[in-house]
Amino acid sequence: MMEVTAMQPNTPSAETGPPFDGQILRLYIAGQTPRSVKAFANLKKICEEHLTGKYRVEVIDLVQNPQLAAGDQILAVPTLVRRLPEPVRKIIGDLSNTDRVLVGLDIRPAS
Amino acid sequence: MAIDVRSGHDSRIVAGLPKSPTGIGGFDQVTDGGLPTGRPTLVCGGAGCGKTLFAISFLVHGATRFDEPGVYMSFEESSDELAQNVASLGFDLPGLIEKKRIVLDHVRVERSEIEETGDYDLEGLFIRLGFAIDSIGARRVVLDTIESLFSGLANQSILRAELRRLFRWLKDKGVTAVITGERGDGTLTRQGLEEYVSDAVILLDHRVTEQVSTRRLRIVKYRGSAHGTNEYPFLIDQDGIAVLPVTSMGLTHAAPAERISTGVARLDTMLGGQGYFRGSTILVSGTAGAGKSSLSAHFVDAACRRGERCLAFEFEESPQQVIRNMRSIGIDLQRWVDRGLLEFHAARPSLHGLEMHLSRMHRAIERFRPSVVIFDPVSSLISVAAEGDVRATLTRLIDYLKVQGITALLTSLTHGRGELEQTDVAISSIVDTWLLLVTLESNGERNRGLYVLKSRGMGHSNQIREFLLTDQGVELIDVYAGPSGVVTGSGRLTQEAQERAAALAQEQELERKERTLARLRAAFDAEVAALRAKFEAEQADLATGIDEQRSRATRLRDDRRKVAERRRADAAGSGNGRKQGDESDVDDRRSKAR
Repeated sequence: MMEVTAMQPNTPSAETGPPFDGQILRLYIAGQTPRSVKAFANLKKICEEHLTGKYRVEVIDLVQNPQLAAGDQILAVPTLVRRLPEPVRKIIGDLSNTDRVLVGLDIRPAS
Repeated sequence: MAIDVRSGHDSRIVAGLPKSPTGIGGFDQVTDGGLPTGRPTLVCGGAGCGKTLFAISFLVHGATRFDEPGVYMSFEESSDELAQNVASLGFDLPGLIEKKRIVLDHVRVERSEIEETGDYDLEGLFIRLGFAIDSIGARRVVLDTIESLFSGLANQSILRAELRRLFRWLKDKGVTAVITGERGDGTLTRQGLEEYVSDAVILLDHRVTEQVSTRRLRIVKYRGSAHGTNEYPFLIDQDGIAVLPVTSMGLTHAAPAERISTGVARLDTMLGGQGYFRGSTILVSGTAGAGKSSLSAHFVDAACRRGERCLAFEFEESPQQVIRNMRSIGIDLQRWVDRGLLEFHAARPSLHGLEMHLSRMHRAIERFRPSVVIFDPVSSLISVAAEGDVRATLTRLIDYLKVQGITALLTSLTHGRGELEQTDVAISSIVDTWLLLVTLESNGERNRGLYVLKSRGMGHSNQIREFLLTDQGVELIDVYAGPSGVVTGSGRLTQEAQERAAALAQEQELERKERTLARLRAAFDAEVAALRAKFEAEQADLATGIDEQRSRATRLRDDRRKVAERRRADAAGSGNGRKQGDESDVDDRRSKAR
């Protein structure tokens, strides 16, 4: 089973200083459950295929950091929160439906 | 009549089922201790029925009075809104949060922000709740209103499964939880939460009957505990939520033998000479202006003079009006108000529903602790409810007052003549003393009369008394009962004048006769005196005559003896007295013989 860790993909622009104009994402999970692993794998695939490097992902395990749940109004896990650009969007579930994730991230207009 | 069936048998069950007091007045009595400890309770009801207030009271009282910190998870109101809403009840939420007695967590679910893709669970909610509970060692939890999740999340089957798991989880945590739910069509809650929370279900209701709203509470279910099954009225006011304490209805109250004055001396006399029983209930009924309020003012005045506390509920007049009016009959109530012995509670009957009135009265009585309570007039309550309700309410109230040993005086307005008003009939059986103020019409005028219709436990007068309102208060006067019926008012005055005239005439006649007698006696005495004087004069005359005659006779004999001596001086000088006599006798015989 693959270990869920924070992804820090290659984003050259982030290191050189100018404001980051990509997606800032947070994935909330509760322990290393099969669902967490699946959600992380799905997210990784979508990011690589559709966000073309312009993203940052932070993974928060609520079992280890329960105090962080209230801040982003997390109820369901897994929840993917797009913190930037505004407005804040939330996608809950294991992200198995790629189309809906893309709609949720405003990458693809809702059909 | 509602009878509360909480008998002794439930105490065994209670012993096995620990309960957490809510601190809500009356509710803990109805449930014999509060909500089931360590279990979730569903509180459901329509919008604005007081669910949130019930929940927050449970939590705040737990934190402040029972040393049980609590977590409030709100799905509707934000923390600030909630703090503001309950600040008016004296709940200092920010302060309690500061002291780590309460944790507020506002769970916001915006459907428009959320996209659902695939499988998920609500572990996030569990973690949040668990974290909040552990952070302050909470013993109590409120989820208000968790049904909001149904509008925020699309996947109902996941939601239902997770809710079932949540309630199980709360039980495992051992926290006493209150879960609120909006009432649905034909079901207790819109989403059927009662399926999951099966330990205790409390239904709050807010009904409007004839434009008057009444809040009611009913315990639909309480597993493992006996409970009152009635609908209990409750109220929300500046002191928070309070369920009307259910009185025993057991008719086990003490019956003091102490008597207290009615404030009217003649009325005390009519009631066996000593007045009302303490702790009894007195009904004064009569037509408009018959003097009901005056009679109750006398009673209040008498009680305050004894230093007792009085509470007066006025349904038609303002306190100032009552004080002014009573001053006109010489009763100064203001001084008792100033000394804190008398308190007025004035409210229009239509201001609240009947139950609300009852609750407020309960509250006022509990706060003021009076020994005398006045309701003036209780009949106006009938305008806000049906007769049966009024009767049930008053029965409950009177029962409560009797248990507390409070003497109550109720006035009741009757209309018309002859038939007694319905309220009178309805409540007459629950009062101990019933005074009737009647209007007696004769000679083109109306006069007031009073009689004692009944008075339990004492010999009382069967007489009608005329009832006068004077500058010095109520006065009771004997009426004249003649062949033409009872005579009162000016008729009585005429009668009195006639009787006075007759009495005067009689007295004058008597005096005249006495004078004649005196005169006769004087004449008799004078005559007797004259006769006596005449008699005495004659007697003196005769006595003088007799004396003269007697002295003359004596002198004659002396003279004769002197003559005799001169004739035979020797004979007389040689012998003694006796011989002299004998000799003289012999001489007489000799002289006769010669």
